[in-house]
Amino acid sequence: MDEVLLSVRDLTIALPAKMDRAHAVEGVSLDLMRGEILCIIGESGSGKSVTASAVMGLLPPTLQVTRGQALFGGRDLLALPESERRALRGRSVSMIFQDPLSALNPLMTVGAQVDEVLWAHGWGDRAKRAAKVQALLAEVGLPDPPLIARQYPFRLSGGQRQRVMIAIALALDPDLLIADEPTTALDVTTQAQILELIRTIQRRKGMSVMFITHDFGVVADIADRVVVMEKGLVVETGAAAAVLTDPQAPYTKRLIAAVPRLRAAGDSGTGTGGALILKVEGLHKTYESRSGFLGRKRVVRAVQDVGFELRRSRTLGVVGESGSGKSTMGRVLMKLIEADGGRILLDGQDILPMDERAFRPLRPRIQMVFQDPFASLNPRQSVGTSLIVGPVAQGMPRAQARAKAAEILRQVGLDPTAYERFPHEFSGGQRQRIGIARALMFEPEVLIADEAVSALDVSIQAQILDLLKRVQREHDLAMIFITHDLRVASQVCDEILVMHQGRVVESGPPARLFHAPVEDYTRRLVAAIPGRGARDAA
Amino acid sequence: MSDATLDTLAAPVPWWRSRTMQRFVGNRLAMLGLVLITALTLACFVGPWFLPFDEFYIDLRARFAPPMTGAHIFGTDPLGRDLAARLFHAGQVSLLVGFAAMLMSTVLGTVVGVVAGYRGGWLGAVLMRIVDAFLSFPSIFLLLVLAALVRPSPLMITIIIAVTSWMEVARLVEAETRTLRDQEFVMAARMLGLPAARIMFRELLPNVVGVVIVAATLTVARAILLEAYISYLGYGIQQPLPSWGNMLNSAQQYLADAPWLAVVPGVAITLAVTAFNFIGNGLRDALDVRSDMVGA
Repeated sequence: MDEVLLSVRDLTIALPAKMDRAHAVEGVSLDLMRGEILCIIGESGSGKSVTASAVMGLLPPTLQVTRGQALFGGRDLLALPESERRALRGRSVSMIFQDPLSALNPLMTVGAQVDEVLWAHGWGDRAKRAAKVQALLAEVGLPDPPLIARQYPFRLSGGQRQRVMIAIALALDPDLLIADEPTTALDVTTQAQILELIRTIQRRKGMSVMFITHDFGVVADIADRVVVMEKGLVVETGAAAAVLTDPQAPYTKRLIAAVPRLRAAGDSGTGTGGALILKVEGLHKTYESRSGFLGRKRVVRAVQDVGFELRRSRTLGVVGESGSGKSTMGRVLMKLIEADGGRILLDGQDILPMDERAFRPLRPRIQMVFQDPFASLNPRQSVGTSLIVGPVAQGMPRAQARAKAAEILRQVGLDPTAYERFPHEFSGGQRQRIGIARALMFEPEVLIADEAVSALDVSIQAQILDLLKRVQREHDLAMIFITHDLRVASQVCDEILVMHQGRVVESGPPARLFHAPVEDYTRRLVAAIPGRGARDAA
Repeated sequence: MSDATLDTLAAPVPWWRSRTMQRFVGNRLAMLGLVLITALTLACFVGPWFLPFDEFYIDLRARFAPPMTGAHIFGTDPLGRDLAARLFHAGQVSLLVGFAAMLMSTVLGTVVGVVAGYRGGWLGAVLMRIVDAFLSFPSIFLLLVLAALVRPSPLMITIIIAVTSWMEVARLVEAETRTLRDQEFVMAARMLGLPAARIMFRELLPNVVGVVIVAATLTVARAILLEAYISYLGYGIQQPLPSWGNMLNSAQQYLADAPWLAVVPGVAITLAVTAFNFIGNGLRDALDVRSDMVGA
C-alpha cells in the first residue's frame, strides 16, 4: 500500500501584491499514498484550498505557482500543458466542492450532468452511458436512480446534491479524489452519511482521497493521515491518530484544544440561576406562501407549540438542523417576526400581542447577536454609529452613549479606536465582538445568540465563546444560544431544547441529553457528531 | 488565550483608491464621457463670455452665414444671430433641464422604491402598481399630452420629464431594498428599536446609493433627449429662449440651404447623451462587485 500516488514538492504560490502576506502557500510538501485518505486541515487563510486547486489546475488567474512540483504518476501536473491536464481531470483526478448547488448546473438534469463527464472523455456510446449513469447514482446511495436522473438540482436536498457531485467525480474511476470541504454546508446527520459514503467508496475502489477540512472532528472520523496548515505553511504531518492524541506543533495543540467537546456525563453545570425572566408558552409560527397570484398555497409550520422558562445567569441552548425552526423562534422572541399564537412573558409581561410602538421601550431588555459578522453590521456606518444609534434613538444623550460605547468596546476586548472605524476594517472575529458590543449597549436582561459563532474559525470561535461567558457573568444575563453545533451547545448551555420540524422533541441538561438521549431523533443527532467515536475512545 | 488582535486586519482604503474607483478610471469610454461632459458644460456656461456676440444680437449683414464666417465660428441663423452663442445658451437650458429633471425623478423614484421595498405588504404592492401604471403609458405620448395641457416653461418641462422617468429608479431601488431588508444589519436595527423612517433613510438608503447613481446618470441622458424631443415638436421650450431641441425645430425648414443649423445642435445633443451613457455604463460596471470575483 505504501506507493506514493501524488507527491507535492516545495509548492509555492504567490499572492498578488498588497495582500497581507507574500505567498498563499510556501514550500508545501506532502505525499499522498495509494489507497489512503489524507486530510489537510487548517483555518481560513491557511492555504489548504489553494493547495488543492493547484493540484487540480484550477487556480484563479490572480494566483501564480512560482515554485514546486506536483508529481502524479511520474508526471508534474503543474508543468503539463492545459490540454493534457484537462484530459487528466475527471479521468484520473476529480474534485468535489463545498457547495454542491453552485457546482451543479441549475438548468441541466442531474442525469445529464453525470452523462456529460462520460461523454466529454469519450466513454462508451449513448446506451452504455445511460446504464452507467444509473449505476453511478445507485452507487452513491441515491434512491430510485431512474427518477433522480431526471431531476433538476433544485429539487434535491443538500445531501442528495453532494451525492450527485460524488457520482460525477467517480464517473471515470479516478485514482485521486480531491474533496474541498464537501460536508461543511451540510447538516450534521447528512454530513455523517456523506463521510460514511466517501469512506466506503474509497475502500471499495482503493482510491486515494485528499480531504480538505477545518474540523478536527471530521479528521478523526475519516483520515488515515493528516497535514496541518497554518498561514500557507505545513506545520505538522502525521498519522491521524497520532496527531489527534499527541500533537507536536504548538499551532496544532492550540487548534485541538479549541475544538469544543461534549461535556462529561456527570457534569451537571453550575447553580440554578437567578430570577425567572422569560417564560414562553405554546408559541406558534406558520408561514404561508403562495406561488403567484392564483397559485397553490404552501404552509410551513416553522414553530409549533414551543414552551420553556429561562432564568437570569442561565443559558438555554436551542439545537437543530436547518429548517428545524430554531432561527425563526429566535426572531419571533425578538419580535422581528410576528408570532401566530402563544405567550412570551418577559418579566411577567406578555409581549406577544404588543405592536411595535408599544414594544419599542422594552426592546433594550432583550437583545440579539447575529450569525453573519459580515452582514450584521451596516457597511456604510462607522462602528461607533452602529453602537450608539440604538441608545440615542431610545433617548440616551449622545455624550453618554459615546462614553458607554468606549466602555463596552473595552469589555469585549477591542481597542477604543475601533469607534471611528468601519466594519470592513475588521476581521470576522472582531466584527462578532462588535455585534456583541452592540447588544450590550442597552444592558439587556436577555441575550439571544443566533448561530453567533458558526461562521468563525475554531480558535476564534473559542475566544468568542469565552467572551460570551464572561459578559454573561458580568451582566447577569439570561442567554438563549441557538446553534446547529451540538458540541458548542454542550459546552455553553445549562439546558438544551432539541428542535425538529418546528417542535421541541426533547429537552434537558446537556450531560443527560448527549449521554442518555431518550428520543430517536436526538440519538441520531448525537451519533452524527463528527469525531465522537475517536474522542470517547481517547 | 490569544487576543482579538491576532485576527488579520484588512487595510483600510480611501474611497479614491478603492477597487470601484480603479475600475471606473480604468474604463476608457467612461473617462471619455467624463471629459466630453466637462468640456460641454464648460463651453455652455463659460464659453459665452469669450464670444463677441450674445445670443440675441442680430447681424443683418451676415444672415445664413456658414460656419467659420468671420467671427461666427458655427455660422449664423436666418435672423443673423450667432449660432455658437445660441448653441451655448441653449446648452445651458438643456443641461439644466436635464439635471433638474434627473434630480426630481431620482428623489421621487428613490423614496418610492425604498418605502415600497422596506415596507412591502399592501403599501409596497400599491406603490409598485402605481409604478407599473406609469410605465404602461408610452412616455412620449404622456409627455406630449401633458405638454399640450400646460403652459410650457422650463420648470414645467422639467417636471413633466421627471414625472415620466422616475419609475425605473423606483423599480431598481425597490428590488435592491427588498434584498437588503432581510440582511442581518437591518434586523439588528429593528432589534435596537429604531423607527422605520430612520431604518429606511439612514440604514438602507446609503446602501442603495450605487444603484441610484447609475440610474441617475442614465436618466440625465434620457431627460436631455426628451427635452430635445418635445422642444423639436414645438411643445417644449419656446423661442426666443433657445434650447437644443427648438434649435432643431427652427432649422428644419432650411435643412437643404443651411444644414449647419441642424447639424450643430444635433451633434451637441448626441455628444451629451452619448457621454452620459458612457459614464452611466462605466459606473454600473465599476459598482458591480461581481467583477472583483476572480475564481474562488
